[in-house]
Amino acid sequence: MRSTWQARLGLTLAGWTVALGIFFPILWMFLTSFKTEITAVATPPAVFFKPTLANYSAVFERADYVQFAINSVIVSLGATLLALALAVPAAYSMAFFPGRRTRGTLLWMLSTKMLPPVGVLVPIYLLWRNLGLLDTRIGLVLIDSISVLPIVVWMLFSFFREVPSEILEASRMDGATPGQELVRILLPLAMPGIAATALLSVILCWNEAFWSLNLTTVKAATLTAFTASFSSPEGLFWAKLSAASTLATAPILIFGWIGQRQLVRGLSFGAVK
Amino acid sequence: MATVELKNVRKRFGSHEVIHGVDLVINDHEFVAFVGPSGSGKSTLLRMIAGLEEISEGEVLIDGLSAQRVPPAKRGLAMVFQSYALYPHMTVAENLSFSLRLAGVPIEERERKVRAVARTLEMEPLLHRKPRELSGGQLQRVALGRAIVRQPKAFLLDEPLSNLDAALQAQMRLELVRLHRELNTTMIYVTHDQVEAMTMADRIVVLNDGRVEQAGFPLELYQHPASLFVAGFIGAPKMNFLDVEVKAATEQSLTLSLFHGISVTVPAPVRSLRAGERLKLGIRPEHVDLAPDGELQGGIEALEHLGPRTYLHARLADGTRFVVETAGDTSVREGDRLALRIRADASHLFDAAGRSLTGRGAGKAAERHQAV
Amino acid sequence: MTGAAPARQARTIRTAPLLGPSVFLLFLWMVVPLAMTLWFSVERYNLLSPGKSAFAGVENYRYLLTGRALWMSMGNTLLLVGLVLLITLVAGTLFAVLLDREFPGRKICRFLVIAPFFVMPTVSALIWKNMLMNPVFGMFSWITRSLGFGTIDFFARMPLLAIAVIVAWEWTPFAVLILLPALQSLNREQKEAARLDGAGTLALFYHIELPHLRRPMAVVAMIETIFFLSLFAEIYVTTGGGPGLASTNLAYLIFRDALLNWDVGGGSAGGVIAIILANMVAFFLMRVIGRNLEDQR
Repeated sequence: MRSTWQARLGLTLAGWTVALGIFFPILWMFLTSFKTEITAVATPPAVFFKPTLANYSAVFERADYVQFAINSVIVSLGATLLALALAVPAAYSMAFFPGRRTRGTLLWMLSTKMLPPVGVLVPIYLLWRNLGLLDTRIGLVLIDSISVLPIVVWMLFSFFREVPSEILEASRMDGATPGQELVRILLPLAMPGIAATALLSVILCWNEAFWSLNLTTVKAATLTAFTASFSSPEGLFWAKLSAASTLATAPILIFGWIGQRQLVRGLSFGAVK
Repeated sequence: MATVELKNVRKRFGSHEVIHGVDLVINDHEFVAFVGPSGSGKSTLLRMIAGLEEISEGEVLIDGLSAQRVPPAKRGLAMVFQSYALYPHMTVAENLSFSLRLAGVPIEERERKVRAVARTLEMEPLLHRKPRELSGGQLQRVALGRAIVRQPKAFLLDEPLSNLDAALQAQMRLELVRLHRELNTTMIYVTHDQVEAMTMADRIVVLNDGRVEQAGFPLELYQHPASLFVAGFIGAPKMNFLDVEVKAATEQSLTLSLFHGISVTVPAPVRSLRAGERLKLGIRPEHVDLAPDGELQGGIEALEHLGPRTYLHARLADGTRFVVETAGDTSVREGDRLALRIRADASHLFDAAGRSLTGRGAGKAAERHQAV
Repeated sequence: MTGAAPARQARTIRTAPLLGPSVFLLFLWMVVPLAMTLWFSVERYNLLSPGKSAFAGVENYRYLLTGRALWMSMGNTLLLVGLVLLITLVAGTLFAVLLDREFPGRKICRFLVIAPFFVMPTVSALIWKNMLMNPVFGMFSWITRSLGFGTIDFFARMPLLAIAVIVAWEWTPFAVLILLPALQSLNREQKEAARLDGAGTLALFYHIELPHLRRPMAVVAMIETIFFLSLFAEIYVTTGGGPGLASTNLAYLIFRDALLNWDVGGGSAGGVIAIILANMVAFFLMRVIGRNLEDQR
């Protein structure tokens, strides 16, 4: 492949320009979190400034921020665990004991995602109200796990099918019961896929906004609701908001960085194969 | 050490039947090869014996007892898969001992057995490696070892050598035969390669399209094929086939007319035939001679020099392809036109349905499924 | 399992208890709220006066369908979906092609490009609204002022477009996330053969890479459409649907009716319409590109 140094330079420049351009808003938010409020709104926008941690301490001092952060963690993890608990057996049965209805069932599960949440906003709101689930973490965990279940099942199904069926048959010949087959052979082999699925589920739940905004108010609100409450600002507060946003976003960005290869594999299994 | 018996075994996927009533007996200590083209059902049959596939109809008996309700692990059989199917997340030693661990065998005994098998297969230095670090031949041996460690009543091998390169295949074939003699255990071996079957097996079962075409000793299948299919499948290069028509029949002989007025006389077949009946005449390449007074004329299109032998690929006057075996130091060259003579008493005759009309037990052989 | 392997029969094991809970839950999720929505949509039911609910027949629907709000929001919805789909697919493809090439720091660049997908939609919206597009303090207006174009209040003048930009920024990474590995799975030998045949970079892209991407692009389009039809957070945080109804999509309209005006009946009717719209779009999409998904093993 002919590749002159000019072409490579152009490529590198283009690549980095695009990457930095896209990442810029996040970078800017991150920088702003270390500015004073005055500096934050200065025009022209300040690129060089003296960094301060005052904003971060201000955020942590707000008791409700910590509460919201904890809520986000609990809801994301809880919904993911619940979804996995339901999806692993379902995906296992569909991947290894397929019947005539398997493909139809899978497609049907995916089709439930086509239901726009807004279409059932009213009944869910009323149901949750009557069941006492409004503004509770359990209520959010339930809704989030249902929202994410089709995707989790789909992904696990795909990952399970990647395990060669002959390996499972070999374990059967070696004397494994279905339970042993699942736990000692399938799960270890499918672990990377399960991890990727769990990661994606956590990300989706963490960033979930629609139900968090509508079904919670004070006690169970997550960080999405918290950050949304700043949509109508009073006074100068952007630096603090940037700090809060950075804190809200950083964990997921870190997860994403660590698991990016797995995530990419997971998300693209259906598309690439 | 076990006998395996199949009685009228049928397999259906939905309404589509793929195995049509197979009856078979595999004796204790035998090395039996299931051989046939892809889709003939040989792997399916093996998997039904193993218990990995359900039987739609019929019975599988192991040591005289029905295996119907017995799960694969309890049948006392061990399987070697085509893809080896080793557990990638376990070491070789763990792969070998997995079945023992599941059965609750104590550690010392487990280790003893694993080491014994590793010694037999010369795998000792590999015990702590993982499958991804091993070569094809090594993987194959681990798969074999995993089966041996279970001390099964019978081994089921599903095309175990097909993923190896040619040299390794030849070597492993000998090793498997040696192993069979050493372990003295029943082995059922599935392959699509008839050379493997011929060289390794005590008995061969030829399958085609879900049916047993013929079962018997290798030489028997070679010399007395019961059907057109078996005749064409066993033996390389393939048997030559000519379309013939019955001209005249006597008590002792049959005169057949080929094309262009050529006729050939062969020994009388099993049943009487009428004039005008269309048949197929089969003759193996080694039973054709180059003789100046031969009935057939052929132009040599290509030669295969194998060293000790040469195969001449000829084309007859009516366009039929014909393979003739001759000496390795033949002086025949491409483009020569030669006269060929068929050794009539070594020829095979097949009727329109493909059944053999010649040979010992011909006509009956196609219906014979039991062992001799 | 490849196509050459014999068909494997399912082992007889009771799969119902394994599959059951998931199916049951999803079924419940579909049926119960749906039924309730349908029921409410034919009621005159306002949460501010709960005792006075009465059967209203098609009145809610008539009101919605004859009013401006529904049609405007439907139009906005489709516009939004179409616009963002276009931007994400085009930009996503281009960026994927770019990142498929070798250059120093490619792995970091890939992460930078993918990062916005991990950011909360509320945070994304806030960044764009306050720091970039804000007419007074935002960076964009600083740029336009410096260039002599004066101040542009994006959210006032082109609210839908502004929101489209935000969503495109969030979701182009997703397209890249799917398209890049698809590109990378393209057999090198195919590309080399094409180069030997004389294909330049552009021809390579058009004849080899693009066709290979057709299926992943279909998947991206399907998934994105599902999510874009119900865009909510970005609108909630930035414009609140305004000015007027300019940036209201169907989801926001229903939210406004149901939870801001407490008009359960009207909100439910809107919900039913939203569901019908979603199904129509889904059906259309399935017809056009669904066959690509059917090739799942």
